[in-house]
Amino acid sequence: MADLSVNVGGIRSPNPFWLASAPPTNSGYQVMRAFEAGWGGAVWKTLGDPIVNVSSRFGGLHVEGVRMVGFNNIELITDRPLEDNLREMREVKRAFPDRAVIASLMVDNVKEVWQEIVKRVQDVGVDGFELNFGCPHGMSERGMGSAVGQSPEFLQLATEWVVEVAEVPVIVKLTPNITDIRYTARAAAQGGAHAVSMINTINSLIGVDLNTWTPIPNVDGLSAHGGYCGPAVKPIALNMVADCARDPLVGIPISGIGGVSTWQDAVEYMLLGASGVQVCTAVMHHGFRIVEDMIDGLNQYLDGRGLSSAMDLVGKAVGRVVNWGDLNLEYKVVARIDQDKCIHCNKCYIACEDAAHQCIDRVADGSGQLALVVDEEECVGCNLCAIVCPVEDCIEMARVDAGGQALSWRERQAL
Amino acid sequence: MSKSGATESPPAHRLDQSVHRPLTKAEVLTEAQRCLYCYDAPCVTACPTHIDVPSFIRKITTDNVTGSARVIMDANPLGASCARVCPTDDLCEGACVLGKDASPIRIGDLQRYATDWVRERDIDLFSPGTLTGKRVAIVGGGPAGLAAARELARAGHEVTIYEANEQLGGLNTFGIVPFRLSRDVALWEAEQVVKLGVAAHTGVQVGKDLSIESLTNNFDALVLAFGMGGVPPLKIPGEDLQGVWDAIDFIAKVKSGQSVGAIGDRVIVIGAGNTAIDAATCSRRLDAQNVAIYYRRTANEMTAYPFEYDFAKQEGVEFRWLCAPMRILGEGNRVRAVEFVKTRIELSDNSKHAFPIPVPGTEFTVEADTVIRATGQSRLSGLLDALHIDHDDGVVRVDQQMRTNRQGVFAAGDCSFRRGVGDAMVVAAAEQGKIAAAAVHRHLLAADESGQRRGELRG
Repeated sequence: MADLSVNVGGIRSPNPFWLASAPPTNSGYQVMRAFEAGWGGAVWKTLGDPIVNVSSRFGGLHVEGVRMVGFNNIELITDRPLEDNLREMREVKRAFPDRAVIASLMVDNVKEVWQEIVKRVQDVGVDGFELNFGCPHGMSERGMGSAVGQSPEFLQLATEWVVEVAEVPVIVKLTPNITDIRYTARAAAQGGAHAVSMINTINSLIGVDLNTWTPIPNVDGLSAHGGYCGPAVKPIALNMVADCARDPLVGIPISGIGGVSTWQDAVEYMLLGASGVQVCTAVMHHGFRIVEDMIDGLNQYLDGRGLSSAMDLVGKAVGRVVNWGDLNLEYKVVARIDQDKCIHCNKCYIACEDAAHQCIDRVADGSGQLALVVDEEECVGCNLCAIVCPVEDCIEMARVDAGGQALSWRERQAL
Repeated sequence: MSKSGATESPPAHRLDQSVHRPLTKAEVLTEAQRCLYCYDAPCVTACPTHIDVPSFIRKITTDNVTGSARVIMDANPLGASCARVCPTDDLCEGACVLGKDASPIRIGDLQRYATDWVRERDIDLFSPGTLTGKRVAIVGGGPAGLAAARELARAGHEVTIYEANEQLGGLNTFGIVPFRLSRDVALWEAEQVVKLGVAAHTGVQVGKDLSIESLTNNFDALVLAFGMGGVPPLKIPGEDLQGVWDAIDFIAKVKSGQSVGAIGDRVIVIGAGNTAIDAATCSRRLDAQNVAIYYRRTANEMTAYPFEYDFAKQEGVEFRWLCAPMRILGEGNRVRAVEFVKTRIELSDNSKHAFPIPVPGTEFTVEADTVIRATGQSRLSGLLDALHIDHDDGVVRVDQQMRTNRQGVFAAGDCSFRRGVGDAMVVAAAEQGKIAAAAVHRHLLAADESGQRRGELRG
């Protein structure tokens, strides 16, 4: 059994799986249930001046029968009194001293206000803070959330105020609704943050009801843009995590967020530089119990690879993310179709024919069926056929170059 | 006459209880989403009418069910019936690429869903074409005739169907057991054709109620689609006894809700084709306790589909192989028993044919309250002779375009079905009707160019 414990900017937890600040961490009752199920940490639903929520708050993106591939919400920060939250946080921490309890905070961007809430909250014994500079909806209209997170200067200022009085590590949660997340990540680091977490939700409008023409979610016939999350956002988040992980000017640990549903997702985040992950949508879909397989699967994976600690994964793939101009132009793969496995759905054929390079031929093979044969001379190795193929391991992308001297575009330009 | 068991009025609930239930909407969506949407899909090739299966399934997933049904019915005017009666294991589902590593898509059930959807909502899918002024008569309003009529009406021709039965639909309305295909479905399909402006004269037997000349003088083209006749006699003593049925008549009565009288507890069905299975399972659902199929060959030679055979066994039908009927015994004028002789199989030199040879001294008698003959169907050659149409013992000779030897006269469906050439399936009849209609259309266009006089068959 490998050691699953992680350390995210000084915040320790027995496993890398934290609940993100969101509806599942709204109350002590919920966080207790989560910790009983095995979650390593929980970032409490954002504390601040209590707000009033609308009714009808979520929307789901369902794709070809798969529910909640994407998810969006227009719910705001906690609508419960601060005293209630603080009392429950204290109780939870007492019941589960080994788990990480992190308080997410969002207040008016005023020094005194920030410092007052930090002092009040850290009295209950939280393990860290997460500053919510990410929520793109509602609160941003009031100058909070992503409104701060989109301005490196404001973000750094607020971070400095908090760090000044905080006695526990401070994580800054970043918004993806920005051109280059490294600038705000650097600002957080400059401001003294101990870690950054990313990504918060993406600006989104999840859909329109085809019968009523009301955008979703419907609040009395109207809707507003919300924050988008769930499995569909993972690639966006992974890119941002990797960008920050390989930026020396950021240089602080990362808590990865965005579509984590399985241990495999977590491994990917950690390989790209995250020290741990936060989960919300998958829990909203399936409940806290999913953590059991996340822990079990990660254990099996680490054992299978002979790794003794989950932290051994952190950043191992970061060095392999480079600029396009540094990729080897001499590397060449081509598609090879396993004729024994092929079921002749012709998905690869039509995809290549209509959308790629017309290099799969349908050839009579004498059996009465048309075999799908790749013209390797024409194949550019784009992977499309292998991606659309419904049969596992039927199409292999085989390396065909001689494996000689690599040549990148950057090097080629210099020749 | 046996007293117990079968009742006078059929217990409608069992007879009408579908062999298998329709899929729920949730099941339909799950199944439809499983479809790979193959390119140049083998299921399309395997369908005799070439329904664009991936297209109709995808339309189900996008909640375009009317569009889905339109794809189905466009290719196959009997698409709702075929969804229920097609031997899909041999056709679309047998060709599904998913069958290699997993289970094939339940194409028939999805087709049933889409066609039921428009049927239940009374949605019309097609409209007649711009009138051409050409008149076409179709003899027979079964699957082939309806398919031809639908296509010709869409092409703008004025179509008249003459149907001997009181209702359209042929085999679908009268010949397929209600628990496999309800009359509602068959009649809805016919109604869709009639709605295109097709004139349907039912209860009209051509050659008897209507002269041959009125056909040849009043129409520009003629499509023969009159199917087949009843079950030919066994040519054994006792066939005229009460309680001895022609399977076709028997099923037609049951399906029409007419009384077949008390059939008793013991029913013997002679023959082992799909009609025999239908007669036997019908009898079971009429509460006959003891229903047995007697066949002079073995399970290897029987023509019933494997799924029909399985179904019959599930329904409690027994099978007795290698038994040939010698005579039907009566008590008064009512059937009492059948005497059989055991047979053995002798193969022809090339092993292609299995001849049943009676084994002397093995005669035995089985008591029965009802005997149903189901040993094939006879051919109707009278009309063919009257029209001077070439045929082989009642099988119309047609070319690839379903043209007969006589210009302007076409044939489709069972009347042109040749044993050993394909299967006499509803879906095949539908396709032949379409092919015949296309040939008629070409013929009429060509006739226009050559200045043929209107309303008269040439040749």
